[in-house]
Amino acid sequence: MTTMSDTFKVSTPSDREIALTRAFDAPRRVVFDAFTKPELIKRWLLGPDGWTMPVCEVDLRAGGRYRYVWHKASTGHEMGVSGTFREVAPPERIVHTEKFDEAWYEGEAVITTTFEEKAGKTTVIMTMLHQSREIRDAILKTGMERGVARSYDRLEEILATA
Amino acid sequence: MQLAGYGHTSAAGLNAVFAALADPTRRAILARLAQGDASVRELAEPFAMTQPAVSKHLKVLERAGLVRSGQDAQRRPRRLEAAALREASLWLQHYRKFWEGSFRRLDGLLDELKSSEKKRARRRGRKR
Repeated sequence: MTTMSDTFKVSTPSDREIALTRAFDAPRRVVFDAFTKPELIKRWLLGPDGWTMPVCEVDLRAGGRYRYVWHKASTGHEMGVSGTFREVAPPERIVHTEKFDEAWYEGEAVITTTFEEKAGKTTVIMTMLHQSREIRDAILKTGMERGVARSYDRLEEILATA
Repeated sequence: MQLAGYGHTSAAGLNAVFAALADPTRRAILARLAQGDASVRELAEPFAMTQPAVSKHLKVLERAGLVRSGQDAQRRPRRLEAAALREASLWLQHYRKFWEGSFRRLDGLLDELKSSEKKRARRRGRKR
């Protein structure tokens, strides 16, 4: 039996986009709420265990802003992101910008999230579009711990699941 | 360890890497360079492609920081930049893990929301 988590895919639909696809066993209206209501967002958008979301503010309208701050209790580490909503079309589509507090890159990412329902299940597609093509040398560390082939194989594997 | 991974990595740079990797010919060029440096002519041979066509692909790979030119001014052999590839691979793994974990939690939350909706509907039904 296929579980919902088997539907998760990361792909590169074009030169400037990274897309993430996942199906959920719930009607679109409920899934859309989970993505947009702060009291719900902070219960799941947490990444690995050990993080909470002490700040989760959403002004869900075109031109409205949002702000998330995550906190890891064991280290005190904090991470924040903010952005603006460009389009809000409940329950089918959201377009927003994203910039992390400690981003090293110029400009903002633009993320489009669509919600499609079929037979009571909802497919969410999140597409990240980046605007600048510059490479930041500072982020490329020299020295490798593992061979080239392994990185390449892993990447190939991940991209091939598209 | 960062939460989303990509907050600490140049999203713009990674974008160029993914753009470069999106093409199967460029991936094949990288695979060839993983075996050792090669000139444009050497790279063109297995693909029955013209050298200018290969050069176009190499430019994309160079812009992404995945390939650079060697010292030899005559041959200008290309070399794979494994660090960039590894960085992209690590970032993608973090990104994937962040969302996989978050979505699994969301599955649980959605089940909860659906069952509390059902309970409310049943209560409304009984009241009538």
